[in-house]
Amino acid sequence: MTTTPEEVLSPEPTSVELGLESVEKPRSMFRRGWEVFAENKLALAALVFLVAFILLCYLGPMFYHGNGTQSDMEAVTLPPGAGHPLGTDENGADVLAQFFKGGQLSLNVGVLGGVISAVIGTLYGAISGYFGGWLDAVMMRVIDALMSIPLIFLLIYLGMIWGHDATLMIWVIGLTGWVGITRLIRGESMVIKVRDYVAAARMMGGSGPHIIRKHILPNTIGTTIVNTTFSIAGSIFYLSTLSFIGLGLESPHADLGGMLNDGTQFVDQGYWWMIYPAAIAIILVILAFNVIGDALRDAFETRLQKR
Amino acid sequence: MTAYIVRRTLQAVLTVILVSIITFGLLHLLPGGMVRGLLGTHANPQSIAQLSAQMGLNRPLFMQYLSWFGNFLHGDFGWDYFKQQSVGSLIQGTIGQSMYIVGLSLVLSVLISIPIGVLQAVRRNTLLDHTLTFVSFVLWGIPTFLIAFLMLDLFVDQLGWIPTSNEIASFHDALTQPQAIILPVACLTLTSFAGYSRYLRSSVLDELTQEYVRTAIAKGAGRRRVLYGHVLRNAMIPMITLIGLSLPALVGGAVIIENVFNIQGIGLLTTQAALTNDFGVTLAITMLTAALTVLGSLIADLSYAILDPRVRLD
Repeated sequence: MTTTPEEVLSPEPTSVELGLESVEKPRSMFRRGWEVFAENKLALAALVFLVAFILLCYLGPMFYHGNGTQSDMEAVTLPPGAGHPLGTDENGADVLAQFFKGGQLSLNVGVLGGVISAVIGTLYGAISGYFGGWLDAVMMRVIDALMSIPLIFLLIYLGMIWGHDATLMIWVIGLTGWVGITRLIRGESMVIKVRDYVAAARMMGGSGPHIIRKHILPNTIGTTIVNTTFSIAGSIFYLSTLSFIGLGLESPHADLGGMLNDGTQFVDQGYWWMIYPAAIAIILVILAFNVIGDALRDAFETRLQKR
Repeated sequence: MTAYIVRRTLQAVLTVILVSIITFGLLHLLPGGMVRGLLGTHANPQSIAQLSAQMGLNRPLFMQYLSWFGNFLHGDFGWDYFKQQSVGSLIQGTIGQSMYIVGLSLVLSVLISIPIGVLQAVRRNTLLDHTLTFVSFVLWGIPTFLIAFLMLDLFVDQLGWIPTSNEIASFHDALTQPQAIILPVACLTLTSFAGYSRYLRSSVLDELTQEYVRTAIAKGAGRRRVLYGHVLRNAMIPMITLIGLSLPALVGGAVIIENVFNIQGIGLLTTQAALTNDFGVTLAITMLTAALTVLGSLIADLSYAILDPRVRLD
């Protein structure tokens, strides 16, 4: 902390001199968390990559006007070159333009689906853990049942019932991916609810919903944020998987996985530009979210240790 | 012990019933979903009503559920209206090869994860440990279909080590054509061993701090004997639960693998049924898979209780 001239000239003693405040200003938990996060070089690299990828996918189309949907039979399966930096597909549509659009769709569905999962999982876990008793028992048996259905079957099944467009896929993924978070939040909720301040809040007449909102949820924010990140990675993972087996988003509105579903049909012909850009993007984006989630977990755990 | 078995079995039965309510209930979120799926979106109301009556879909939902679940318990999984074949016979023709591949991958990934997990725990925080952690982190994060596709591209198309013209259409094929299941099993193993080795690493590290390890060393037991005779045995026991819990993911992975490698298993059957909007088949397979998973984790938990007496006391 640097001293400004005003402070030197000030006749009034500062609070530090009076011993009213610790010498170092208490930093917010997010600031301390960020310091730990920033020490993790891999996580920083992942963050930089993700920001770059997001900018590329959303700003790219403003500067590059290739057409990813229109077919052009004169320019079928062109390798990367002038006019088509990533070549063209079997219909002569521009692959780079598809890549921007596909990246946007993967990110949109991934982030929104991941956030829906996290919200449902957190609320479900907080309620189940806080109220306990028979409600908890019933809610956890439902979780047991959901966990024993392989997720991909649930996704395929819901996709069949609701249909396969981007908005519906957000809900399909969001409504199936929340089970893992629930268990973690439930555990934390059970620990928090026996703390003295929660008992005090209850004695002053705080209702269950009030306590969950004011005490349980704010105290599980670390776990929620960390698992939202993992959940986004999972959503992109499952969306690309569904699209790859033809049960997700299809061209001309395909995500990166849907592009691969198209491209891999031509693997024998060696049209690598229809496969590898999307494949590498999926791997790196999922990896980046996972690395960031891991680093955030370390950051929040350190915060708890320093407290 | 008997009390534990009874309690745990009842819990498994309850789970299966809940799964049946959830899967059956989901199907009826969409009014007329099953029939509209079969007849297409442009079907006229008359034919919808006719087929609904024929399939018993105009009865109260609860009665429909009871008769469906009752049939399911008797091994009657319904009728595939597209293939004009009973779902039971479709499942019978596909489940063998799927279970074979899943089982083989499960055994292999556990066998591989043991030396890796132990090695990482013994050489903790070395370059080797960090490298292995990173590799398993990456393998765990890459979608199964991408690993499968990349391996297919590399070993079949680029290197030509494995002939392409392999198709697994029956359990007999799976048994007699080992070259055709090498890649599928390798993929499934690669994507599932990471979870086990990560768990085993921390489990062995925990055990190494226990007092019995110090006692064993003090009594002059060699490094190897302590590690494999004492530590690993104790660290392995909780793995049984983990294996039980990981079954759904493994089965899910098999669905993807079967799609990529064109194995006529239960996963490919599901995907094809989904593509033709054949709800009955998907419903039956989802239900059956979940029931088998519940059975798997029940077996896992019961063997855990046999191996570790502390579990059955609480």
